This record gives sequence, structure tokens and C-alpha cells, in this order.
Amino acid sequence: MIGVLGLLAGVLLGLFLRPDVPFWLEPYLPIAVVAALDAVFGALRAYLDGIFDDKVFVVSFVSNVLIAAVIVYLGDQLGVGGQLSTGVIVVLGIRIFSNVAAIRRHLFHA
Amino acid sequence: MTSRPQPHPEEHPPEAVAPVRPPTGADGAPTGRERLRHAFRWRWSRGQAVAAVLLGVLGFAAVAQVNATDQDDVFQGARQADLIALINTLSLATDRAEAELTELRATRDSLRTDAEATRTALAVARQQAEQLGILSGTLPAVGPGIRITVEARPGTVGTDQLLNGLQELRNAGAEAVEINDAVRVVAQTGMSDDAEGGLVVDGVALAPPYVLDVIGDPGTLESALGFDSGFTDEVEQVGGGVSVEQLDQVEVGTTREPVPTEFSEPVDEE
Repeated sequence: MIGVLGLLAGVLLGLFLRPDVPFWLEPYLPIAVVAALDAVFGALRAYLDGIFDDKVFVVSFVSNVLIAAVIVYLGDQLGVGGQLSTGVIVVLGIRIFSNVAAIRRHLFHA
Repeated sequence: MTSRPQPHPEEHPPEAVAPVRPPTGADGAPTGRERLRHAFRWRWSRGQAVAAVLLGVLGFAAVAQVNATDQDDVFQGARQADLIALINTLSLATDRAEAELTELRATRDSLRTDAEATRTALAVARQQAEQLGILSGTLPAVGPGIRITVEARPGTVGTDQLLNGLQELRNAGAEAVEINDAVRVVAQTGMSDDAEGGLVVDGVALAPPYVLDVIGDPGTLESALGFDSGFTDEVEQVGGGVSVEQLDQVEVGTTREPVPTEFSEPVDEE
């Protein structure tokens, strides 16, 4: 419940402050957001599995974001930033789908 | 039966098994729905707080990213070649616009010059028309000058004297001349004696005394009448009298219709 409130608060804060994304962060933020989404869905699944741990959640959230950003940064340096971003998005998307599938099985038994 | 996929080994290792209190389901093991229901109950725990903070960060970042994407999604993902083409197009358009601007500015300047020239020409023409109007008698005139009163018995002072007098006045720079407030004297004025000893000027019969209103330099005009065997002498020889009055303001109110030329045409100066 508090988590939902936190999400809501973050969205509202973003809407009201209308922050400008700093230039150096621009290539990494979308990837970071997707990585964080993956961590959140993983956590939800773990919770429904009964194995949720906040420490693990924090670590996975932060490391997901950091690794995604590092991969994109590395790709930019190597000149394959665009392709690598696409790859990361694809992998994270697959993970999100599988997590959501597990959550769905939990909630709807289907 | 509830299908339980294996938890992510990397993310949620088995040893991190939930410290949250799993509510017991009907069969003793909590189901997913029960856990979810449980999660939505209002409780304060470290796990909930941490999740709230991280979700808040996630929401904030997502909204920021969405805003940023909204702002510049036109060029997002455009290839380098496209961007270069776009810039080229823009600079071409700028060049065209600037050229047009220069042209329009030149047009404006020339129009402005034309308008000024027209205005000047118009002013000159109007001034000329006024001068010519005064000289040809089509406009009433006012200015410094003299008033000549010729006292004479009928039949004595006539065309001879007056024509000479007018000639002298004209030589002295008379600009507008009027006799008896009735006839404007111009270049085409004709003059003759009539049977009663009076004058007919341009078809208007006049009788003495004759009063001539003359606009010009008063001193010059008066001296033009007074020299030996001049107008004054001639009038006095036939028994008349001439009195001259210098005035600051002489009004020549009579006008005449301009005579259209029948034979002459202006020569085009080209």
C-alpha cells in the first residue's frame, strides 16, 4: 500500500515539477527506467512467491539501473550505443513479460 | 493448483526468503491473492517504506523521461543523414528568406524615395501653378504694392497713357495689376478708348478716376512712374493728376478665366 502511494507521489512530483532531464543523463534514463520496472516486477513476483526481501529488492533495483546505464555507456563509447540499448530493452522486456506471467499465474491461476 | 515458478536465482536468492509474515491460506500455505490482499493492508514496515521510496524514484524518473520525450520527439531517433538534410533545408530556407528580405527592403526604400520625389515634384508644381496663376490672373493675389489713382476728365487720359504706364509698371516688376477693382490686367489684356471718353478694358467699360492696384516692390514701382516724361508727366500733360500710395497690403481680388490656347502646344522636352 505504501509502495503504491510512493509510486503515486513520484508521478505527481514529476508532473508538478516538470523536471528537465540533464543532457548527460538523456541516453541512460529510458534504459534505467525500464531496468527499474524489471526490478519492480521481479519484486512483486517474489512477494507473491513469499520470498520477498527488501534488501534484495533494493540491491536488485539499484544494480539493475546501474548495469543498464553502464551497458549503454559502454555501447556509446564503442559506437554501438543504439544497438546495445535495443538489446538491453529486449532482454529487460522479456524478463518483465516472464515476471508478469508468473504474477498472473499467482493471481488468476491461469 | 497454484503454479509456483522458481524465483529468480540472481535477484531473489532462496536464502532471502520473505521475512514478511505470510498469512496462512486455507491449506496452510498462503496463496498469491492472499499475499496481495495482505500487502494492501495498511501496515508500516521497512519493506513497504523501501519499496515506496524506490517506486517513487521510478515514477519520478518515468514521468521526467516521458516529458523529455514529448519535448523533442521530432528529432528523436532521426539518423545523422536525415538531420544533415534537415539542417541544409533549413539553411536554404533561411537564405531564401534573407534574399527576399533584402529585395523587399530595396523595394520599400525605392518606393519611399519615389514617394518623396513625387511629393517634392507635387510641391514644386503646386508652387509653380500658384505663381503662374497670379501672373496669368487666374488666382486672386495679395501682397505689398502701390495704389495709383489717376484723376482726369473724361476723354483726356486714355489708352496711350495707360498702356505706357502699364508697360513701365511691368518693367518695374509688377506681378499683379487690377484697374478699378473690376479688371485684372494680364498679358492678353486688350484696351481701347470708347466714345464717352472712357476706357474699355477686356470688354469692361471703365470711367475715370482710374484706380490701379499693383503688387510688387512699392519703391521700385513708384519710381517707375515718376521719371521724366513718364506716366505721371504724360497724365499731367493732358490735364490729369496722379497720386501714388505705397501700401503694405494690396489686394488684387479680380480673376479671369484662363484662355485655352488654340494654336500653340507645349514642346515636349525629351
